[in-house]
Amino acid sequence: MKMVKSTLAVLTTAAVLGVSGFAQAGATLDAVQKKGFVQCGISDGLPGFSYADAKGNYLGLDVDVCRAVAAAVFGDATKVKYSPLTAKERFTALQSGEVDILSRNTTWTSSRDAGLGLNFAGVNYYDGQGFLVNKKLGVSSAKELDGATVCIQAGTTTELNLSDYFRASGMKYTPITYDTSDESAKSVEAGRCDVLTSDQSQLYAQRIKLAAPDEYVVLPEVISKEPLGPVVRQGDEEWFDIVRWSLYAMVNAEEMGINSKNVEEMAKTTKNPDIARLLGAEGEFGKDLKLPKDWAVKIVKQVGNYGESFDRNVGAGSALKIERGLNALWNKGGLQYAPPVR
Amino acid sequence: MQNTANNSHPKGSVWTDPKARAWLFQIIAVIAVVAMGWYLFDNTQSNLEKRGITSGFSFLSNSAGFGIAQHLIDYSESDSYGRVFVIGLLNTLLVSVIGIVLATILGFILGVARLSPNWLISKMATVYIETFRNIPPLLQIFFWYFAVMLSLPGPRQSLGVGETFFLNSRGLYMPAPSPTDSFGTFIGALLIAIIAIVLLGRWAKARREATGKVFHVSIAAAVVIIVLPGMALLFAGNPLQWETPALSGFNFRGGWVMIPELIALTLALTIYTAAFIAENVRSGIMAVSHGQTEAARSLGLSGAITLRLVIIPQALRVIIPPLTSQYLNLAKNSSLAAGIGYPDMVSLFAGTVLNQTGQAIEVIAITMSVYLAISISISMLMNWYNKRIALIER
Repeated sequence: MKMVKSTLAVLTTAAVLGVSGFAQAGATLDAVQKKGFVQCGISDGLPGFSYADAKGNYLGLDVDVCRAVAAAVFGDATKVKYSPLTAKERFTALQSGEVDILSRNTTWTSSRDAGLGLNFAGVNYYDGQGFLVNKKLGVSSAKELDGATVCIQAGTTTELNLSDYFRASGMKYTPITYDTSDESAKSVEAGRCDVLTSDQSQLYAQRIKLAAPDEYVVLPEVISKEPLGPVVRQGDEEWFDIVRWSLYAMVNAEEMGINSKNVEEMAKTTKNPDIARLLGAEGEFGKDLKLPKDWAVKIVKQVGNYGESFDRNVGAGSALKIERGLNALWNKGGLQYAPPVR
Repeated sequence: MQNTANNSHPKGSVWTDPKARAWLFQIIAVIAVVAMGWYLFDNTQSNLEKRGITSGFSFLSNSAGFGIAQHLIDYSESDSYGRVFVIGLLNTLLVSVIGIVLATILGFILGVARLSPNWLISKMATVYIETFRNIPPLLQIFFWYFAVMLSLPGPRQSLGVGETFFLNSRGLYMPAPSPTDSFGTFIGALLIAIIAIVLLGRWAKARREATGKVFHVSIAAAVVIIVLPGMALLFAGNPLQWETPALSGFNFRGGWVMIPELIALTLALTIYTAAFIAENVRSGIMAVSHGQTEAARSLGLSGAITLRLVIIPQALRVIIPPLTSQYLNLAKNSSLAAGIGYPDMVSLFAGTVLNQTGQAIEVIAITMSVYLAISISISMLMNWYNKRIALIER
């Protein structure tokens, strides 16, 4: 099934690259406005980041990026259609134009940015790779993993980091590579592997899906930098700016104390020029982006600011209970920092 | 008379001359296909360039940087993508070859069993065939992997045979042989024995054809193949030493391991394909008319010799062509390995390598050509064999 899908995606790329013309700047926005929705590539089921609830609605931190873009473009965060993609399929799907945004816990690396014809629009989650093990093994540090069998998801930076880490520590390991994160989690439960490795956020998310989450621990070591963020095709700067600033609007809103409850009030009454510019009460920022004046109001009203989105999906208000850590605002000890609106 | 004929079919016009017309259309068709191919290639190239997507095959020499669970040749993370490609190819060939050999053996047994006069044996073969050829191969692979292999106990509770073989959810561990000093002597003795048997066989055949006397080669061959290497063993010592696997740390170390992905994939493909081969064998045997058996028996040939010299050679002519298709199916179905993480061509090269390099078009093109090459090789080999055993009409 997965195979068929990825092969199809590849064939579509070949066909689309072959037949369609080159995406001009502005083409994506025009196409999105014409079809009336944003096509968003997300993960194939990762609690907290992108997953479907019991009613079939997609939720999560990565999903919120797409909803924010839809809110900015259409004034309606629900105008998104989702394509769940495996790690293997994701870049091909974006390159071929099957999706407009790829928001699928994708690590920003030099080779992906430069070699794949893609641009990373920002970072919506600062992550790092970790290890999940069964408590029964009695392992308390990744340094004790010499000779272990490790389950990984195919086609991720995780595969490379893992090899680097074991080589640097002079340890041996056997990798077992699966297509989906569900398969690799299932194999750890079945005892095919000693260790599951992935970005730490994913490990926490996978753990709540296991039959007995309490029997597993995430080891303290973080072995890599994994800045995750939304990706767009290279060559359409206008669309790139819209995605980038939709994300920044959420971060700026949190920094300015704007949230989904007070945003409409603030837009009318604010005396603060920074807030007035972001919310469209002053200046022409929306017009520069070819968006309505109140685009940021719609984002914050319908999706929330970055902090709200974080809490609801992966933070204190969710089952994952991940600390803000690196993802706190820059003035609160974290790395989330958005350029000023002016 | 000639005049009227000329009038009704005037010569000179290309449109009315069937031969010229046929040529014209064929030329137009070839030009259209070539132009279409060139257009697709050129457009893809220029679009890849405009979008800043790297293309070309230079990535094959870049270092891969990831680990692989099963490699038949030496591999370390600093080796190139090109080497990863070879490893994937070897893994695909490994599972295909094991699968083809086992499926052929099982298929022949089942095909003959289905024709057996014994009610129980023939019904059991029928049930087997009807069950396994009607369940999709991917499901069978999942069954053997997730339901059977992964539900085996962990390494510390392994099922063991003595202290040499161990079966657990990490695979089948067995002792690995390594040659000692007397290995050369042993192999030499073995070779001499084999050559002696071949010569003996030729001599016996020539004598039978000349004098009609039968010499039982099989008994002499058994003696030769036991005595010669046995003497080497006795005088030169053990040619192999065995390294047995032992539990250390997380896993067994030492010895050979057959990973569960390979076991599950081989089992599923063998069992699935054997059901089809059994039907080919049955149809081949049934295609040989009963008169042939009766004729052979009336000449005084025994049942076994009738089967070996009369029925099977004629049945093979019917069996080989569809058998070729089954071999091709097995080789191609081995790509379902990606579903359970066996590091074959598709999962390793068209999966991990594709994603690490992002060069979808090149990687998929290489992978498709490899399957094409494997399939064409199998098909050519089988066609050659088919030609050799075909009836030569005089």
